[in-house]
Amino acid sequence: MGFEIPVEKWASAVNTVALGATAAEGGTRTGKITLGGETTLPFLHFEGEIPNRPVVAMEVLDLEPQAWPEVLSAPFAGVLNDPAAWAKKCVEEYGAEMICLRLSSAHPDSLNTGPEQAATTVKKVLGAVGVPLIVWGCGNADKDTEIMPRASEASAGENCLLGSATQDNYKTITAACLADGHKLITEAPIDINIQKQVNILVTEMGLDPGRIVMFQATGGLGYGMEYAYSIMERTRLAALGGDKMLSMPMLAVVGQEAWKAKEAKSLEADAPQWGSEKERGPLWEAMTATSFLQGGTDILVMWHPKAVEMVKGTIDGLMKK
Amino acid sequence: MYVIGERINGMFKDVRGAIQERNAEVIRKLAKAQLEAGANALDVNVGPASAEPKETMVWLVKTIRQVTKAPLAIDTTKAEVMEAGLAEAGPGSIINSTTGQAEKLAVFMPLAQKHQASVIGLTIDEKGIPRDAAGRTEIALRIVAAAFENGIEDMQRLFLDPIILPVNVTQVTPRHVMDTLREVHLLSDPAPRTVLGLSNVSQGTALRSLINRTYLVMAIAAGLEAAIMDPLDEELMNAGITAELLLNKQVYCDDYLKAYRSSVKSG
Repeated sequence: MGFEIPVEKWASAVNTVALGATAAEGGTRTGKITLGGETTLPFLHFEGEIPNRPVVAMEVLDLEPQAWPEVLSAPFAGVLNDPAAWAKKCVEEYGAEMICLRLSSAHPDSLNTGPEQAATTVKKVLGAVGVPLIVWGCGNADKDTEIMPRASEASAGENCLLGSATQDNYKTITAACLADGHKLITEAPIDINIQKQVNILVTEMGLDPGRIVMFQATGGLGYGMEYAYSIMERTRLAALGGDKMLSMPMLAVVGQEAWKAKEAKSLEADAPQWGSEKERGPLWEAMTATSFLQGGTDILVMWHPKAVEMVKGTIDGLMKK
Repeated sequence: MYVIGERINGMFKDVRGAIQERNAEVIRKLAKAQLEAGANALDVNVGPASAEPKETMVWLVKTIRQVTKAPLAIDTTKAEVMEAGLAEAGPGSIINSTTGQAEKLAVFMPLAQKHQASVIGLTIDEKGIPRDAAGRTEIALRIVAAAFENGIEDMQRLFLDPIILPVNVTQVTPRHVMDTLREVHLLSDPAPRTVLGLSNVSQGTALRSLINRTYLVMAIAAGLEAAIMDPLDEELMNAGITAELLLNKQVYCDDYLKAYRSSVKSG
């Protein structure tokens, strides 16, 4: 008697979300990206459909990162102080499928730049690359309330993904998203209950659930990754079980988290037992990303080109039926 | 919780009046209000006193179809009224109901196959309603067998109803029904679904809403998956949604009541 793989029959599917608007849709993107639509757990092709492959977005900051180790900054030498050039390099040389622009300079503890600068940077990056954009605030609630409406307006009609709406701060960004035709990232602190609550709050404002991508504050390998992973897995199970308020595609911020780890960034001179950071760092990031793929992540936001290359190769393999 | 809204029934005064006057607006409003309140499907019953049940059923279904594509539970014991209702309502409807009597099964199971409908099977046979859980389970098993014999192998299409009776008539029945609900889950793998005509438990009592919602919670804890009930009773719906939350059938969030209703509405 042959072995028969048990097949689960799921009630529901993950929402499909399209990002980027081409000229035909009133934007200037040269390509679009479609996320979601899964009717099974990650990569179980024998059980259901995985119509859209997970995508890798590379992250670009609007100010030169101060604390990046050499291994991380070297691939971007000469462009780290120019977000447009940085973005262009990511797309043209390193195969980024999306750009995640982080408006870090607006943070009061950073340069405290204003909404006009945010708008200018967004426009420059849009002009430099043709891929769809994620535009993310600086993480300070008050400041994001100030800059994100302008950033949204500056990219109106481009069908960007704006980040992020939280339980305590969702109204302004949701309104901007609705006004300018964007999609929205809803964020929760590794908490499925709060994730669901934010989704309800923004849909109550009139945002269609089909315009949401979920983000659970990610943890890197060795630093809480398994908590984020298990929340994502549970979220995906709820989606497949028919919970419409948890049926959105998911995003993971991988680069930022992975490179916080000393295991990723320590120099070989300081930790000889760990080997060369040139391999170890990108591997740490790639491992974190690969784990999140198995949790159901649809967008990975990454940093190191070598990690991006490895992960894109892994996705190719996982998408083969 | 799969809620079949009970309000479009000629037993209710407003519906009886609407049927007599062919007042479509009353019916459309009731259909929309029940779905808005979180019903997954709508029961349609012409009432006991209807002079022309077939025509009335067709009119009711047509009227409801003007405002929704939601599944309809065609509620009649008459085969010809059932067939007319199913034909008008389209595939995915629910036969409400057959019993475990051989002659009923021989009519309604083939009808379910012909119209790609689900079936509610009441645990009654030629001898009536059994006194205990064992008797109910035995009839349930016969209904499951009849479903399989007629090609209904997807147990999601079969709802077994262990029949709840008014608590002021028989006080032992609520417990028997709960015992049956637990046993029905063991009849096949995957198991058939279970349903109750919930409001029957409080028929003729003074505190109907309280009895309904208390028993709904108890029955859900015993495994009940669906109920024919009044979705416009907000406290009843809230109690059912909360019971399922406490059984970990829904992910908690502060607005879980809203989340449930919006999930149902978006299909």
